[in-house]
Amino acid sequence: MKLKVKAKASGGVVKVKMLIKHQMETGRRKDKKGALIPAHHLTEITAEYQGNKVFSTEVGPGVSKDPFLAFYFKGAAGESLKISAIDTAGETGAVDVTIK
Amino acid sequence: MKFSRRKFFTTIGKGAACLAVLSSLPSVVWAKWNNTAFTATDLATAIEAKYPGLAIEDSDKVSLKAPAIAENGAVVPVSVKSDLDNISSISLFVVKNPSPLISTFNLSEHSVADVSIRIRMGTTSEVIALVEADGKLYRATSTVKVTIGGCGG
Repeated sequence: MKLKVKAKASGGVVKVKMLIKHQMETGRRKDKKGALIPAHHLTEITAEYQGNKVFSTEVGPGVSKDPFLAFYFKGAAGESLKISAIDTAGETGAVDVTIK
Repeated sequence: MKFSRRKFFTTIGKGAACLAVLSSLPSVVWAKWNNTAFTATDLATAIEAKYPGLAIEDSDKVSLKAPAIAENGAVVPVSVKSDLDNISSISLFVVKNPSPLISTFNLSEHSVADVSIRIRMGTTSEVIALVEADGKLYRATSTVKVTIGGCGG
């Protein structure tokens, strides 16, 4: 799982933008033979800052393929931010970024 | 090798203890993904599963930004802002999607209530943002016209 995260601080508030590469299969699509493609999508994305969980998102199949997500939290430049994600198959991905 | 009944149970017990320790190790604690709410096929059931028994009122303190017309239902940018106090979560619903609950944002005291995400919409529908603050739900609604659906099938 590939996560691309950008975090930028201004005025005590950090803006986080992320793009996660994931097919977000809904479980409703059919393949060429007419068989249902099983659901395989992200379920949760979490942000950790200074050991605290500052933000988390539960997502369902209604989120677009290769999800884009943006949120704000109170933090400072130079600190590190950890973003982790997990999907229905239990696959996880995580990335540490330094807040600019 | 023959296992006695007692040995069998102590071994199982040790194994379970090991598993319990192992599963508590990861640094990220995943909240339980609310399967009932995400698989519900109508709005009322989804909201009830997500926020059981909470009263809903329309509020102008919740701002939901969504395009009036989306050419491609597979990628519809939506953002929610609010200046309410003590917000614990924000949820997005698309009324006419096969499963209306799209996502839930769980906020902490460090968060700022301003989130953006790209969602899928099967057809022209109302999009609802519910903001949970102080045990009440505040609602904002917006209608998005979809020219090409994005739910596959």
